[in-house]
Amino acid sequence: MAEDIKPRIRVPQSAKKDEIIEIKTLISHPMESGQRKDSQGKTIPRKIINKMTVAFNGKPVFEARLEPAISANPYLSFFLKCTQSGSLEFTWTDDDGSTYKATQAITVS
Amino acid sequence: MPQTHSLARIICAAAASLVLLSGLTACDNKQSAGANDSEVLAEYRANPKYADRITGDKFSGYVFASPETQAMQDDDFENPGMLAVQDGEGEWGKVVGSAGKSCASCHNDAKSMKGVAVAYPKYEPKVGKLANIEQRINLCRTENMKAPALRWESKELLGLTALVEYQSRGLPISVRIDGPAKPFFEEGKKFYYTRRGQMDVACAHCHEANAGMNIGVENLSQGQSNGYPTYRLKWQAFGSLHRRFEGCNEEVRAQPYPRGSDEYTNLELFVAWRGNGLKSEAPSVRR
Repeated sequence: MAEDIKPRIRVPQSAKKDEIIEIKTLISHPMESGQRKDSQGKTIPRKIINKMTVAFNGKPVFEARLEPAISANPYLSFFLKCTQSGSLEFTWTDDDGSTYKATQAITVS
Repeated sequence: MPQTHSLARIICAAAASLVLLSGLTACDNKQSAGANDSEVLAEYRANPKYADRITGDKFSGYVFASPETQAMQDDDFENPGMLAVQDGEGEWGKVVGSAGKSCASCHNDAKSMKGVAVAYPKYEPKVGKLANIEQRINLCRTENMKAPALRWESKELLGLTALVEYQSRGLPISVRIDGPAKPFFEEGKKFYYTRRGQMDVACAHCHEANAGMNIGVENLSQGQSNGYPTYRLKWQAFGSLHRRFEGCNEEVRAQPYPRGSDEYTNLELFVAWRGNGLKSEAPSVRR
């Protein structure tokens, strides 16, 4: 089923050196738990984002493992201390193996 | 003698109604806005944060929301209603129906819908009654796109409604109640002031007489519709104004009308008119 799965991120464009910045992420996703049944009584197969990783210049800085109890459209935010300019890469991994990606550059002065 | 007596009475009554009338016009006058405020409403009015959310004696639901809920609405990133707008964007360009058209085929970019939503519900000559945005979208689908109407409260219809409403965000609500819309407006008004349910209360008892007061732990709003469709925390979902009406009716233990019924669309016009001039906040976040 073609769901409209779209990641959204909010990262400040620039930051001062050693400044602590907040990164916000959200992905529109049904997060089907695998516990529900449809009107025919058949189990709706599990389909969740099971992993979310963030890398800064290729180096992992944040990783989260998501479980079926997490509600739809998971929103994750975290803080990051910036020491150099570079690009943040966000990757969400789906149960069916597909990945959704987003990147943004950040300038540290 | 009895005749003069009754004449004097009539004159008295006329004088009294004149006083009443001038009193009413004074309420409508912007300068005296706030004269009828209760203590709570006066406090809200004094807060500069709400300057944009209050027009005359009309208070947006935003004012009555908790700071956390307000923060959620203020930031488009955190506002879950924006996900519905995103759904709508996906639907906007989809070709459906035997006419081989999408919304975009006629209306181009969704931005062309700016200012449209604030004038709805509106009299629709094609059906001979009022249509709100949801009904107008479905009319477009069945008439112009030759596609089946979307189910009320479906992800697709909510998304498209949110997308259209979103284009008018920040514009003042300006529905018309004259001309062919008049009888429907009167119906809506009657609904608003009719007691119903086991609780035997009308909409007006909570939202007109007691706005700003507490009912249990809840703070009663004026019941303005300028933020709809909305992401409602109680539902944990995005929903339409008619779903909210249904909830209100259930709360007074009355039998609700179906979503999309004429009764609710007429009521929607009355409620929108009550908020004429308030700025649209759709998609908003409400508790």
